[in-house]
Amino acid sequence: MEKNVILSARDIVVNFKVRSRVLTAIRNVSLDLIEGETLAIVGESGSGKTVLTKTFTAMLEENGNVSQGKIFFEGRDLLTIKSNREWESIRGAKIATVFQDPMTSLNPIRTIGSQITEVIIKHQKKTKAEAKLMAIDLMDKVGIPHASTRFDEYPFQYSGGMRQRIVIAIALACHPKILICDEPTTALDVTIQAQIIQLIRQLQKEFGFTTVYITHDLGVVAAVADKVAVMYAGQIVEYGTVEDIYFNSKHPYTWALLSSLPQLGVKGELLFSIPGTPPSLYNKIKGDAFAPRNPYAMKIDFEEEPPFFQVSETHFAKTWLLDPRAPKTEMPEFIQNLHEKIEKKVSFEGKLNAK
Amino acid sequence: MPNKVLLSLRNVQVTFDVGRKKKFVAVEDVNFDIYEGETFALVGESGSGKTTIGRAIVRINETSKGEIYYDGKLINGRLNKAADSEVVRNIQMIFQDPAASLNERATVDYIVSEGLINFKLYKNQEDRRDKVRKALANVGLLEEHMTRYPHEFSGGQRQRIGIARALIMEPKLIVADEPISALDVSIRAQVLNLLKELQNSNKLTYLFIAHDLSVVRFISDRIAVIHLGRIVELCETEELFKNPLHPYTKSLLSAIPMPDPIYEKTKVPLFYDGSQHDYSVDKPSFVEISKEHYVWGNAKEIEQYKKQITE
Repeated sequence: MEKNVILSARDIVVNFKVRSRVLTAIRNVSLDLIEGETLAIVGESGSGKTVLTKTFTAMLEENGNVSQGKIFFEGRDLLTIKSNREWESIRGAKIATVFQDPMTSLNPIRTIGSQITEVIIKHQKKTKAEAKLMAIDLMDKVGIPHASTRFDEYPFQYSGGMRQRIVIAIALACHPKILICDEPTTALDVTIQAQIIQLIRQLQKEFGFTTVYITHDLGVVAAVADKVAVMYAGQIVEYGTVEDIYFNSKHPYTWALLSSLPQLGVKGELLFSIPGTPPSLYNKIKGDAFAPRNPYAMKIDFEEEPPFFQVSETHFAKTWLLDPRAPKTEMPEFIQNLHEKIEKKVSFEGKLNAK
Repeated sequence: MPNKVLLSLRNVQVTFDVGRKKKFVAVEDVNFDIYEGETFALVGESGSGKTTIGRAIVRINETSKGEIYYDGKLINGRLNKAADSEVVRNIQMIFQDPAASLNERATVDYIVSEGLINFKLYKNQEDRRDKVRKALANVGLLEEHMTRYPHEFSGGQRQRIGIARALIMEPKLIVADEPISALDVSIRAQVLNLLKELQNSNKLTYLFIAHDLSVVRFISDRIAVIHLGRIVELCETEELFKNPLHPYTKSLLSAIPMPDPIYEKTKVPLFYDGSQHDYSVDKPSFVEISKEHYVWGNAKEIEQYKKQITE
């Protein structure tokens, strides 16, 4: 299958002015989105995952700006767009976003129906009646029962999971090419989370959009992603297929993230936790940003920023451990053979369907 | 396994008024014992009533039926002032959102010592500051943090302040209401470890409230699964993962996100629908189906569950 790059970000640097200081939130990031795939971006809060994707739709806060880089989409560099009007033909229409909290992204004093039709009327030049039919059809597709009667209800009459379905319906109203899901299930219960993940997967098959899925939960990533980008302190530190990341990760930060998952925890033992805190992005970072928290750090990690080393055709990691001169280092035993370990943990699986 | 029952709930019901006449039953018929030194988890989705139970235990929500006993003494309903403060001192709560549960206009020193001040639990100012220092050190914070305000801390540190505030009262039982749900993955591990260490060093008993079975499996000795205000299954942790019986428990298990793409991409999440139970004639009850394993069901269902467990 031919793999088309639908969006390509090159050497992105994002700065924020905070009072009189400058915070560099994104430090030279390049990233390709492959058409029809799901890319998951993982990292701690403050690692820049949301900021990076906001540059795709010019939704950075006012004090932020992209000071360097290019974002190619449909044959042009999005960062050359100056007017908001021009952005409106992209944002929402071609690149849509689903945010974390479905309560704050819906208007509480307008009906669900009017919030969906608004988008359709604005971007697709339909009449009110046509838009209503399309909206009900969309509500149906995202799994709202009795869509035509619930069309006139308000957000407070919907549960959290149902609201998030509506936000997804609004995002899909214009058949976007790219759907950015920014922690869409973090505020929801695990059972509802499982449903929303399934819904997004099923809609992706039907509509054929490309998904960027932002999350800090490596359990969720395993369920949604084709490709994974691990971010730390404003940079991508490891990139690969979902199998590369879970079964053959190379960056100590990815190891640390995997090791700290309570799903893998052993009763009676302490969980692995990453010592220290991420570096302040107000200061220029010397060497590898993760070095002070990295038990595998070498002298060079504190002096020089590592380049991206290619592990395989699909897999890249930004760590000096991959330099041929570095001592050979295996991933911690704790996260080796992850699949076999999880299989033991889910021994309840066979019982689930027992009647 | 410790055997002394520290907290005991019997047929507890909590209702909320809806308008003037109607009542909404938030939790009903809640029965469980918590043994001294154990971690007992209450797991369910939002709206299941798990937090309501926690709040009823610390006397924030009034109960409308049933009894709650702490160390053999009745602690719900009207209590005299001495008994009330005894409960408050012995049972402390840690809240979910470390940003919302701390007074943002107060210094850490004041936040942590508020309980001491309310109950006059210190000899003099020096003694009070000493206790605060010790409580902060216990959760890995420094003396210099005493003069700062909550907004100057990260989420994980704020949750530590919340824990220090509970610890300073030297409680026996801590009700931890989703203490890590609002935290980042890497911070979660730190806070979970801290709770475990404190349990060992201070001989604490926990009621751990959560919606995510994966965290609960790691930290708790026994689990009660609650759905729409009713406990549907209760047993030891590994037993629940080995022999889940109630269909709601199964749906929770199937929803755990596992860090394994092979498993995740083939699994089919189960959805629980309460209408699958027919309780019109055959009425359900809470039955001990095997040793220490309780499940809510009617005669016909219990029969099926028994078969499943022996398979």
